[in-house]
Amino acid sequence: MKHLLSISDISKSDAISILDTAQELARVSDGPMKKLPTLRGRTIVNLFAENSTRTKISFEAAAKRLSADVINFSAKGSSISKGESLKDTAQTLQAMGADAVIIRHSASGAAQRLADSRWMSGAVINAGDGTHEHPSQALLDAFTIRKHLSKGASDLAGLRVAIVGDVLHSRVARSNVLLLSKLGARVVLVAPPTLLPVGIESWPCEISYDLDSVIEGVDAVMMLRIQLERMNELFFPNAREYSRYFGLNSDRMRALKSDAIVMHPGPMNRGLEITADAADGARSVIVEQVANGVSIRMAILYLLLAGNQEIGVAL
Amino acid sequence: MKDENYLLKGLTLPDGSKSDLEIRNGKISALATALSKGPDVTEIDLSGSVVLPGLVDLHTHLREPGKEDAETVLSGSMAAAKGGFVAVSAMANTSPVADTAGVVEQVYALGQSAGFVDVFPIGAVTQGLLGESLSEIGAMADSRARVRIFSDDGNCVFDPLVMRRALEYVKKFDGVIAQHAQEPRLTSGAQMNEGEVSSRLGLKGWPAVAEEAIIARDILIADHVKSRLHICHLTTAGGVELVRWAKARGIDVTAEVTPHHLLLTDERALSYDPIFKVNPPLRTQLDVEALREGLADGTIDIVATDHAPHPAEAKECEWQEAAFGMLGLESALAIVNQIMVSTGLMSWEAVAERMSYAPARIGRYAEHGQKIAIGSVANLTVINPTLSQRVDRDLVASRSRNTPFHGMDLQGVVTATFFRGLPTYLNGALSPVGVR
Repeated sequence: MKHLLSISDISKSDAISILDTAQELARVSDGPMKKLPTLRGRTIVNLFAENSTRTKISFEAAAKRLSADVINFSAKGSSISKGESLKDTAQTLQAMGADAVIIRHSASGAAQRLADSRWMSGAVINAGDGTHEHPSQALLDAFTIRKHLSKGASDLAGLRVAIVGDVLHSRVARSNVLLLSKLGARVVLVAPPTLLPVGIESWPCEISYDLDSVIEGVDAVMMLRIQLERMNELFFPNAREYSRYFGLNSDRMRALKSDAIVMHPGPMNRGLEITADAADGARSVIVEQVANGVSIRMAILYLLLAGNQEIGVAL
Repeated sequence: MKDENYLLKGLTLPDGSKSDLEIRNGKISALATALSKGPDVTEIDLSGSVVLPGLVDLHTHLREPGKEDAETVLSGSMAAAKGGFVAVSAMANTSPVADTAGVVEQVYALGQSAGFVDVFPIGAVTQGLLGESLSEIGAMADSRARVRIFSDDGNCVFDPLVMRRALEYVKKFDGVIAQHAQEPRLTSGAQMNEGEVSSRLGLKGWPAVAEEAIIARDILIADHVKSRLHICHLTTAGGVELVRWAKARGIDVTAEVTPHHLLLTDERALSYDPIFKVNPPLRTQLDVEALREGLADGTIDIVATDHAPHPAEAKECEWQEAAFGMLGLESALAIVNQIMVSTGLMSWEAVAERMSYAPARIGRYAEHGQKIAIGSVANLTVINPTLSQRVDRDLVASRSRNTPFHGMDLQGVVTATFFRGLPTYLNGALSPVGVR
C-alpha cells in the first residue's frame, strides 16, 4: 500500500493490521518516553487546505512521536489562499522533498487527484476530502469500538453500529460504512430522508428514518455533526425539530443497551445532535476517540513509510 | 476554385452501392461506377471508404470571441474539417455573448475567412444568457449571419414565460429555440450524475429529473404556441421517452445526443479525473442504451458534438474546481461508426440523416444536407469504417487537448472532407478553401 485514499482500497486484513499496529503503538503513547526513532529524517507535510483542528494536530502528534520532520501548510496565510492551484502546491512540496503529504481538502477526490497525478511522488494520506471519505477517522472509530466491544476478537463481527445524522455531507459516514461493514459489523444509518444521498441503496448498510426504533438494538451509536450552514438549505424544518427526532438525549440514552458506547467525530454541536448529558456521560468515548486517533495515525504513517521494519525493538 | 475538379474513385454510397464521384465547379457532376478521368481532373483513390453528405454539427463551442486560449474560430474550424464536418453552429456563450447582430456577424465572418467549414452562429435567447430579457433575436435573424437557432446553452432558459415568448417570437422567421434543459434549483453546485456513483464519491448530484422536468415543460409550451423546439444534448432514458411521446403527439420537437453520452457512463468519474466532467453529466449504462435506441429509431434526430475546448489548467485540478466540457469534433464520426454502424444498429443512410440532412434541416442551412446526387453542392465526408485509430490528445487540431477519448482505439477514420467541392482535409493534411 503506497497511499491511504479510501477505505475501499484496503482489505479486511489491511484494516486489522492497522488496528493491531495502533494497539502496539498506543503502548508507546502510554509510556514515559513517547517517542520512537522510526521516521527520523523523513519529511511529512500536513497540507490542510480546509480548516481542521483535531485531525491536523493528531497527525502532527503522530508524526512527531515517530520522529519525522513535520511541515504544516494551511490554507490561511499560504499560497493556497492566494489562489495557487493544487498542482502547483504539490509540485512545490515535491521540490522540497516531502516523503508524505497528509491532505485535508474541501474538494471530494482531492487526495486521489494528488496521488494519481504526476505532480508529486510521495505517499498521499487522505485526511478528509470534501464529502467523500475520511479513512483515518473510520480507522480510529473502528479501533475504539473494537477496544470496548469486541471481547478480544480482531474484527467487529456481530456488533451493530448506528451512524446518525447528516450522512449526505459526511465523509466520516462514508468511510465508516465501508470499514465497519468490512470488519463484520452491521451498520445502520439513521437520518431524515433529505440527508441520505440518492443511490445509497448500494451501500453495505441498512437505512432507517427512526432513531427510536434503532437505538435499543445497537452496541455503538455515532452521532454526526450537523453543520450550521445546512440550516437554511431545507434539509429539515428547524434545529428544534431535528433535535427532537435525531438528537441523542437522555431519554434515548436510557434506551441504549447497558454496555453501548456513544461516539462523535467532533466538533460537536451540543444541544443540537447531542446533549451535554450524552456527550459527557459514562458511555461517551468521545475524548478517547481523540487519543486513539493519534495511535491510528502513527500506525498509518508507520505502515506507509517505514516499510518492512519491525516495530518490536523500541517497544 | 473553378479549375479544381476531382474524381473520387472506389467509394461506397450511403445506400451501400459502389460508385465513383466527380466534382466540377464545386458541385457533384457525375456519379457512376468506373468513371474515367478527364484531363482537368485530379483523381483520388478512396477505395474502402464510405462517402456521406458533409456532416453538420449543430452544437459547438468555438470560444471566440473571449476565450481564444481555448479555441478560435479558425482552430475549431480545422478540428471540424478533420472530423468530417462542413458546417458547425457556434454556441452563443462567448465573451461578449452572441446576443447582438454585431457579434454574430463577427463570428460568421471569422468562419468565412477561416475557410474550412461554414460557421453558423447561434444567437443567445436572452441578453447575457441571464434568462431575463430577450436578446435582439430579430436583428440577429436579419443579419448577414442569418441566425435561425437561438440558445442560452450552458444556461437553461428556466423562466417558463421567457421560454414561451422566445418560442413564439422565432416563428416570425421560422427559427428554433435550442434548450439546454437543466432545472437550476435542482442542480445548484451539481458535479455529476446523481446516483449510486455520486453517492459513493461524495460529489454533488445532477439528477436526471432536472433535465426531464424542463424537457416536459418545454414540449408542452411548444405544443401550446405551435413553435419549433430543439432539445440540446439529451442524456437520460426518461428524456428519450418524453421526446418519443411528444413526436407521437405531432409536436414539433427535435433532439440531439452527443457522442460522449453515447459511449461513456458516470463510472468514469470514479477516477476523479475531470477530463470526464461535462454538463449535462455522463449518465448510467441504462441511459446510454436508451440513447442508442432512441438515435437508432429516430426519436433522437441528430448527433451533435457539444465540442467544448478548455485550456489545460481548467482540467488539471480537483474535480469540483474543473470546467465542464470535452472535445468532440474530431472523434464524433468514429464513435458513431463504432457504436451504431459497426454494431448494426444504424445504416449509413441513417448516419447521413442524423449527422447531415437533419441538422441542416433544423438549422435551415439550405446549402447543406443535400443528397449525394448530380447537381448537389459537393459537401462530402469520406470515412474508412474498418480502419481503427488511437486517439492522441497531442495530435488534435483543436487548440485544446481535453479529449476524454485519449488512448482509446476508435473504429473509423475520416479520410477526406470536401467543402464546396474542395478538400479541406485529405491525406492527413488540412487546407482551407480560400487559400489554394
